[in-house]
Amino acid sequence: MITGTPKPIEEILEMLEPYDNIIVAGCFGCVTVCRVGGDKEVQVLSSTLRLAREAAGRKIEIKEVCLERQCDPEYLEPMRPYIEDYQAVLSIACGAGIQFMAEKFTKSPLLPGINTGFLGVTERQGEWTERCQGCGDCVLHLTGGICPVTRCAKSIFHGPCGGSVQGTCEVDKEVKCGWQLIIDRLVTLDQMDNYGKLKPYKGWDSSRDGGPRRIIREDMV
Amino acid sequence: MLPCTGRIDESLLLKAFENGADGVMVIGCLEGDCHYVNGNIRARARVERVYNILEQINIGPERIRMYNLSAGEGAKFAAFTSEFVTRVEELGPSPINLARSNGPKESEQEVQAT
Ligand code: SF4
Ligand code: SF4
Repeated sequence: MITGTPKPIEEILEMLEPYDNIIVAGCFGCVTVCRVGGDKEVQVLSSTLRLAREAAGRKIEIKEVCLERQCDPEYLEPMRPYIEDYQAVLSIACGAGIQFMAEKFTKSPLLPGINTGFLGVTERQGEWTERCQGCGDCVLHLTGGICPVTRCAKSIFHGPCGGSVQGTCEVDKEVKCGWQLIIDRLVTLDQMDNYGKLKPYKGWDSSRDGGPRRIIREDMV
Repeated sequence: MLPCTGRIDESLLLKAFENGADGVMVIGCLEGDCHYVNGNIRARARVERVYNILEQINIGPERIRMYNLSAGEGAKFAAFTSEFVTRVEELGPSPINLARSNGPKESEQEVQAT
């Protein structure tokens, strides 16, 4: 899922300075699961903003909505009839959802209510960690199911590097060396021969280096 | 009245302040005694989150507090209640109620002027 963290209330209040009636829009997708932008968070954030603004002597009117997903056009469409009745939209979906809404409703200022994080997993309630950087050319079958792009701080392909000390990475003693994890796992799986099968270099043309990416599935369009 | 404090969530507590409460007291069963195992523990975490929110927006975090009591502790209930009410009286009306009692006209004018 895509993870995120709430923006500080102070920062949000500052963004809202020019506005007196807004929409707070959540998303039932990833951000609901990581508890940063779902229906519940819409309610709590809206109440918080109303209280803060009223206490400061300047009320704010808020329409609370939560869309099925902000990254699919059909779920944004229902907002069209009323969106321009409000001065701005504070979205607590991920950056993709917020941008898509901004594209569809060009006359409405869109404000981000969260800081979008990474593609990750839930370790336990309240703790998420990164797993994939969407490189576009997955090698997990050769690396024991552990991603060298994400789990190795340098994203190298034939680690571990010299900074690996007793299984930890030189960037932070709390971070496990991704390549040590890969080697250990390949040994466990009796698949060390995969280490030699890794490409001599990794092409990054399918990754972000060529700018924003697009996927077109001819079988679906 | 709710059958279990586990049903309380942050938005309900904040709504109470929006509806004009100067203070909110949450009373749950004794810890370890929850009929639904950990409803009161969850409530405590949520009250703490609201405490932090109130602090961030300068409403005054002491306006919310959680107590744990068994159904048989009537005298303690009365004592906790008067303690909390006294504390809230000392704090005075919440900034929301102060803004409201300053008259809606005044704040409306302010809004129009900006
Ligand atoms: S808008 Fe973002 S958070 Fe919501 S479902 Fe789509 S990808 Fe997930
Ligand atoms: S190799 Fe690429 S696609 Fe596969 S998990 Fe790592 S970043 Fe994601």
